[in-house]
This record gives sequence, structure tokens and C-alpha cells, in this order.
Amino acid sequence: MRVMEALRLAFHTLRTQKLKSGFALIGVFIGVTFLIGAWSIVNGINQYMVDKFAGTIIGVNTFHLRRRPNFTPNVDDSTWRAWARRPRISFSDAEAVAAGITVPVITAWQSSDNVTIEANGKEVRDADVTGATERYFEIKNLTIAQGRAFSAQEARRGVPVVVIGSEVADKLYAGRDPIGKTLRIKGEPYRVIGVVAKQGKLFGFSLDRFAVAPARSPVQDQVNPPGVVDALIVKASSVDEMRDAMDQAEGIMRSRRHLRPSQADNFVLETSEGVLTFWAGIQKILFVIGPGLVTVSLVVGGIVIMNIMLMAVAERTREIGIRKSLGARRADILRQFLAESAMIATLGGALGIGTGIMLSILVNVATPLPATVSPMSILLGVVLGGGVGVVAGVYPASRAARLDPIVALRQE
Amino acid sequence: MSRAQEFRTGDTPLPDIIILTHKLTRDYDMGSEIVRALRGVDLQIHRNEYVAVMGPSGSGKSTLMNLIGCLDTPTAGEYWLNGQKVSDLADDELAHIRNKEIGFVFQTFNLLPRASALHNVELPLIYAGIGSRGRREKATAALTRVGLGDRMDHKPNELSGGQRQRVAIARALVNDPSILLADEPTGNLDSTTSQEIMAVFGELHRQGQTVVMVTHEADIAAHAARVVTLRDGLVATDQRKAA
Repeated sequence: MRVMEALRLAFHTLRTQKLKSGFALIGVFIGVTFLIGAWSIVNGINQYMVDKFAGTIIGVNTFHLRRRPNFTPNVDDSTWRAWARRPRISFSDAEAVAAGITVPVITAWQSSDNVTIEANGKEVRDADVTGATERYFEIKNLTIAQGRAFSAQEARRGVPVVVIGSEVADKLYAGRDPIGKTLRIKGEPYRVIGVVAKQGKLFGFSLDRFAVAPARSPVQDQVNPPGVVDALIVKASSVDEMRDAMDQAEGIMRSRRHLRPSQADNFVLETSEGVLTFWAGIQKILFVIGPGLVTVSLVVGGIVIMNIMLMAVAERTREIGIRKSLGARRADILRQFLAESAMIATLGGALGIGTGIMLSILVNVATPLPATVSPMSILLGVVLGGGVGVVAGVYPASRAARLDPIVALRQE
Repeated sequence: MSRAQEFRTGDTPLPDIIILTHKLTRDYDMGSEIVRALRGVDLQIHRNEYVAVMGPSGSGKSTLMNLIGCLDTPTAGEYWLNGQKVSDLADDELAHIRNKEIGFVFQTFNLLPRASALHNVELPLIYAGIGSRGRREKATAALTRVGLGDRMDHKPNELSGGQRQRVAIARALVNDPSILLADEPTGNLDSTTSQEIMAVFGELHRQGQTVVMVTHEADIAAHAARVVTLRDGLVATDQRKAA
């Protein structure tokens, strides 16, 4: 009996025993679905993190001078308490660092909080309200769609003007021109001077639900204690210049804080690298857990198939006897049962690949993650799926092949 | 009909002798004791003979049947089938002999329940390595020969006992075997159907088929031209009917 014949026979058997075959392939199905789905989602997150998240939140060639890191994976309580005891970054710190860096950089202050914005009896809750300096727009790559950004003079003098995101503009002014209108943040009036072009979403959160006012304007009272900023943002034009700028910033801060060489920094210079390190940490965990889960479900799937095949051999002992009496050799019987278990597993694998791809498409459509199915994962799914079937089938099939035809024929 | 050969170890059977056993012995090791099922059976069956093997239970007829059918190998002695010494062949070679030389008909039919009559008859051809078109042609011809040309797509449970046994006969014949080996072929059939099946056997014999049949029913054995009776693992009587 040739391989084709064995496959045809296996297909026929599976078709006549749909329910049993269905149960048999579940383990492999889940394993391969997980393999394909998780792989594509991790891929998507990875791309997202590198391309968008890091770039948007922190920016390219940019670092933030902060009291404590903004991205804080796995931090214990004592570290948190230590961070909370650190002095804040003051206006004068920010001014001194910005003035002291000698490599060409642009800098901006940033202090943010989630605050409600009102106008015309309408309100936007939990808007990201930022007190900043004039180059904030440039550093953050914010394009002014309407009106203008505030000037250096306005920033210095703390004029109560505001530049708003497109969602805030749409909600408060519903298509009418917002420029020159007055909105209120915690009761304080601000004149709208600009609207930023629409940016879309990040992790499902709107990037257009914000307002930026000069740091020295009354907005300071809403976002931070007096004279304190969340961060000084420093953007250089290359990685090397950024590193130099960071060294200088660290030196300036250490001398301002009178830190001895033995003392650690009581501030942090955070780059997008930090975010990516954080992500790499998560990824490392996923790369351990992921294959682990896939292996476990494939092993379980293999055991299920082996059991079902052993059952099939026991049930079909008489059939095996008949086939042997008609001239089936050991190899023929072996092939027949191997083909069956391999087909069950391959079918499970194929369904898993299909479901995994659908899962990835679903993630792509429903979330901002650019999940992409890697061809490598499909190949691995096919190989692992079929391989599990063959391995799981060897023992039952060889038992079937070794049956004595006389004994097998006597079986009721 | 034809004379027996004076056979000694080292001889080769005459071409006319299709089955030759020489001091065929089969012991079963049952742990505490050794059961001697066959104690040296000498039997010669010529081409186109119709032989019934009889004997009470425990006489060794099933053991002889298994040995002749190449499902088992003897403890000692020789077994020649169609000019080939098969008593010392290995498993897979025996499978090949079963496929090419022997057509089995069993008491319980032994059809695959989920397969159609046609597929059941095709089975030996699959193991003979014949392609699907050739199989279909041969299986169709065999089923037509036993009068089931119009039942080819029926599953065994859609057929009567007699029809099932006809499917089994068609399956036994499909590979043109040297011998048709029937083990109590009418054991599960009523007397009318038994007569029908015996008529089929008679017709096959007339067409030149060698038939060996194991039975314990004297009236069934009476259809054969020669009746061999076993007792205690030895041939007790060997009677030929006058032609």
C-alpha cells in the first residue's frame, strides 16, 4: 500500500468518525492557534513599540529630565518611596540645564495633568492639559492646523492663551472656528490661538484630547506645585549629540543638587531607550512563556492523539486482522495508522493556522496593533503539527502492525 | 484422480501438487504444558481439487487451516504452496503469499463494516499494489461473478448473510489465488442460503478453482470431492468420492 493509499484511507476514516477526530485534533489546534496568534501579536506590539510608542511618547534623539522615570516596570515599594522623597525639577533647574548644555539642542518644559476643559456650556473631561514652553510644539512634532502656537514672549510672560487638540476643538466648538474664542480650564479663562492637526490614537487613547498653555500662565496651578515642572524635554539632532547633552545635563544637575561622587543621581534622564528596554523585558518574558505554552499544548495534543489512536487500534483489531489476512504487511498497517494520526494533527494544525491568522486580522482591525502573521510561524505550525501527529502515532501504529493476524481475527 | 507423491525432506513437490505438507507439526506453548495441535500431518492436494477438512473440535483443523492459510508458521515440518516452500518464510513474505496465493472465506464473513461491497473486494488489490482503476475493474468483475453486480455500493449491514458471504467470496477470488480457503463458510447461514453458497463453491470448482474447506457439518463436507478427517493432530481418514 503506497503512501497515497494510506492517506486516502486515513481521510476516509476521519470523515466517518468526525466527532472523535474533532476531539483528537483539539490539542494541536489550540497549540498552533496560540503559536500563530501570539507570534503575530507580539510582532505587532514590537513594531508598534519601536515605530510609534517610543517615538510619540518620548521622541527621537530626545531625553526627559525628570524626578523619577515615567515608565516603571516592576518597581518595589521602597524604590517608590525613595523616588517620592526626591526633590522635584524646579523652573530654575530646567532653566539652568537648558542654558548649560553646549551641544545644539532645543528644549521645552512640560507639566501635565488630566483636567476638564469647558466652553459654551460644553466640556471635555480628562483632557491632557500641559503647561509648556514655546518649543514644545516643535519637539513633539505637533502641526498647527489652524491659528498659531504661542510665542517665546507669551511663554515667558505667562499669557493665558491655549493651543488645543482637534478633538477638544470638535467637542467644544462643533465645526465653528475656535480661534479667538475663550475656554476655561478649572475656571480660568484662556484665549484659543491654535488648533493642532489630528493625530489619531495610541493604544486606543485619543492623541487629540489635549490643550497646551504657557507654563508660566495660570495653568501651572492646575498641573503642578508652583515653580515645578514634570520634565525638561531636550531634543538633539543625533544620538551622539543626545548622549553628550545627557552627560552635560547630568553634570549640571549633580552640581546643582550638591551630590557627592558616591551618591546616586536623585533625578533621571529618560530616553525612548528606557521605554524600549521596558518592552524588551516584557518581550523576554513572552519569549519564554510563549514557546512554553505552545510546547505544553502540543504535548497534551500529542498525548490526546496517542490515546485516541490506541483506542482506535483496540477497536479496530479485527479490521487489522482482516487486512493482514488479505495480504497487508506490517509496513502497510503502520502507514495506515501513522497517516491517520498525522492527518488528525495536520488538520488540527491547519485549523490552528487559519484561526491564528483570523485572530491576527481581528487584532489588526480592532486594535491599533499592526499584527502581522510571520511566514516562519506558519511553517513552524505545519511542521510542529504534523510532527506531533507522527510522533504520537508511532507507538499505536507499531502496536497495530505487530498484531498477530490469528489473534486479531478472533477479536469480537 | 491423481497419485500422491512419495515425498521426502529435500524433495520438491510435483508441479501438479498445489498444497503439500510433510510432517507438519505445530506446538503451542501454554506455559505449564505444551499443546501439540498438529503431530506431523502429511497432506497433498492437487490443482483443482475440492477438499473438505473435517474433525471434532480440538482435532487440529483450525491450526491446519491457519498454517495452510499462511497466518501461522509450523513448529516443524514442511509446507509447500504452489511450488514454493512457505513454512520458513518471514512475516512480510507470508503477507505477500496470503495476498497472491490464498483467498480466505470466513465463517463470520470478516468484511469491513464501514466500507462498501466494492471497497471490501478491492482490499486485496490495494495490498497487491494495483492502481485504483484496475482495482475497480477487477472488483466489479468479481462481484458480478458471484451475482452481486447490482449491490456493489451497499455496505455489509445493507446485505443479507448470503450476500455478505458472496462479497467475501468475491474478495477471496479477486486476486486469482491458487487456493480458495474456506473456514466454516456456512456456519452463520441458514440451510437454504448454505445451499446457495455451496452451489457457488461447486461452480467455482467446476471453473478450475482449487477449494479447501474446513467444516464440521457432514452435509456441507459432502459437497466436496474429497474429505480429510483429522483426529488428535493427525490425518485419520482421507476419502475420495467416486467421480
